[in-house]
Amino acid sequence: MSVNQTIEVAPAPRTLGTRLRGLAGHRAVWPLLALALILAVNGLVSPGFFSIRVVEGRFFGSTIDILYRAMPTAMVALGMAVVIGSKGIDLSVGAIIAICGATIAWRIHAGDPHVVVLLWALGAGLLCGLWNGALVALLGIQPIVATLVLMVSGRGIGLMINLIYGGTNPSFESPFLQSLSVGHVGLIPTRLLLGAASFAALWLLLRRTALGLFIEAVGGNARAADLAGIGSRLVTYSAYLISGLTAGWAGVILTADTHISDPVSQGLYIELDAILAVVIGGGSLAGGRIHLGMTVIGTLIIQALATLILTSGVPPEYNLVVKAVVVLAVLLLQSDDARAALTRRNRARGSLGGGSPGGGSPGGGSPKGGRRR
Amino acid sequence: MRVRYLPLLATMTVFAALFVTGGVFYKHFFTTLVLGHILADNAFIIIAAIGTTFVILSGGIDLSIGSMIGFVGVVMANLDAAGWHPLASAALMLAFGLAYGAFQGFVIDFCKVQPFIITLAGLFLLRGACFMVNIDSVPLRHPFVDAFADLYIPFPTGGFLTSSAMVMLAALAAAVVIAHFTRFGAKVYAIGGDPASAELMGVPARRTIVSVYALGGFYSALGGVIYALYTSSGYPLAGTGNELSAIAAVVLGGTLLSGGVGLVAGTLFGGMILGLISTLINFNGSLNSAWIMISGGALLFVFIVIQKLLVSSFGLGRAS
Repeated sequence: MSVNQTIEVAPAPRTLGTRLRGLAGHRAVWPLLALALILAVNGLVSPGFFSIRVVEGRFFGSTIDILYRAMPTAMVALGMAVVIGSKGIDLSVGAIIAICGATIAWRIHAGDPHVVVLLWALGAGLLCGLWNGALVALLGIQPIVATLVLMVSGRGIGLMINLIYGGTNPSFESPFLQSLSVGHVGLIPTRLLLGAASFAALWLLLRRTALGLFIEAVGGNARAADLAGIGSRLVTYSAYLISGLTAGWAGVILTADTHISDPVSQGLYIELDAILAVVIGGGSLAGGRIHLGMTVIGTLIIQALATLILTSGVPPEYNLVVKAVVVLAVLLLQSDDARAALTRRNRARGSLGGGSPGGGSPGGGSPKGGRRR
Repeated sequence: MRVRYLPLLATMTVFAALFVTGGVFYKHFFTTLVLGHILADNAFIIIAAIGTTFVILSGGIDLSIGSMIGFVGVVMANLDAAGWHPLASAALMLAFGLAYGAFQGFVIDFCKVQPFIITLAGLFLLRGACFMVNIDSVPLRHPFVDAFADLYIPFPTGGFLTSSAMVMLAALAAAVVIAHFTRFGAKVYAIGGDPASAELMGVPARRTIVSVYALGGFYSALGGVIYALYTSSGYPLAGTGNELSAIAAVVLGGTLLSGGVGLVAGTLFGGMILGLISTLINFNGSLNSAWIMISGGALLFVFIVIQKLLVSSFGLGRAS
């Protein structure tokens, strides 16, 4: 969010037309419009959508529900945004959630105090981040391959942890952990408060220390960052640690919700939703930019869309198709080339140096939108 | 010995070592029967992985493979119920795979969005389409399906080469020709190696990218056809997660995910290694599916490190 405000100041006041055109180029506009549109359709489809009541001493309503359900994915997506900002990707977050869930069940069965269990779970996430970071930053392996290793084997590791004390999908009871996930403080669900606190902590870590800038510098151009005296390895490493920790945190919330360790299906495909959230929020997989606020918006778009599909009476089978179509539409709207082609057909061709699908393409799309003016 | 064959040699060595190890520990393991079964069981995934090899060689990635396998099966089963001959519906689905891949390739090049994201949307789209066609498992009842399953070439020592394995080998042969003996293959390697200089040399980026993804779509549709015939059913969840197995097979086969370096033939052995691991674990009996996942990941790790060493010590990847 902070980045938006600094950019907003730039242009001198001109005619309404140029202003609107400038606004259309701003990267925050399209995701916010998409979210507003989906929420508006939600409101049309289900009349009581925007009403918030107090039920059993807590806020209750569809909008609260969207925030509530989006929180674990948002946590994962925030870590993913940091990794993507370092020009990496973390495919293993779903597997990390599975490992954390298994760790929680294991340590509770072992009789640890539940606060210590929480530390165990976060520690497991951090350990996974250490592993990923070692492969990427120390061995110099491509992030997509390096994190594929844990993605492939992580759910197996979760199953093995369950086997330590002979359980298949062991369940557990933990009032402390459940209060973090499904409890409420006053009228507000606890996990929303925790989510806000985690967001604030991450924001402070990235924006009030130099770490965020360093990660963006390394993601933008690792060699240049190295020459500028930023130890690119350590900085890259820290991105994967953050991602491991946020995924572990999401694992705690998700596992405490279901109070069962189910490594095969827990957090399945969450990495895809998290990456989508980052991209819908305007992040480029080419790296060099971290948009924390927009990533949360991206997660909310995905969740609001899921709610819309559920409440609008569309058969749940259509869920994935609608999701895919919306994602494609948002990507097309964000793509500079596609917009240019839609407005002026002749400009779409003939730009030299494009056509690199592997991530080397300089015109990664949206992030340029904010800087161009 | 040329450097580009080293990763293939490493893959083949690992495959042979695993196979011999299995033979030492388990009776009846080191037989053509087991080999034939591994070929037959993994034919569909190897076929899909061959298509992925091209996509990865071009510097891209295709995540829509698993959904394509599921979708092809579901549509073929429904067309079967409507009285179509499996070969006719197979031809239709191959054309669909070609068109769908081309569409993905076009969007990737047109939007300049990472292939990861576009093919991810493609994954959701096709999996959703599976559920839209039908949500239950539907059998393929046409007599041709049984005839296809009964078709095999016996090996000398009790094993046999099934029809699906034959299709896979034919598909592999075609892919080797395309990759190494056509202009298109050279363009794929060029674009994957260095897109900017490939374009300066006059390689048409858009046409090549679109063709690569079309080829990938065609091969994953072919994988789906073989899977549907092999299991004689269409199930909307079929192929879930197979895109990862395919990518793993490609990486194990010695192809670099950064593009431009690798051999199509390596993918055959990469896929066979994955199949061999699950066969070994099945033979053991006391190990469970957790071991399949963990050993798959461990092997992937070992291979990545081997590749890394090869790249740094031989300068592989500088030029192909």
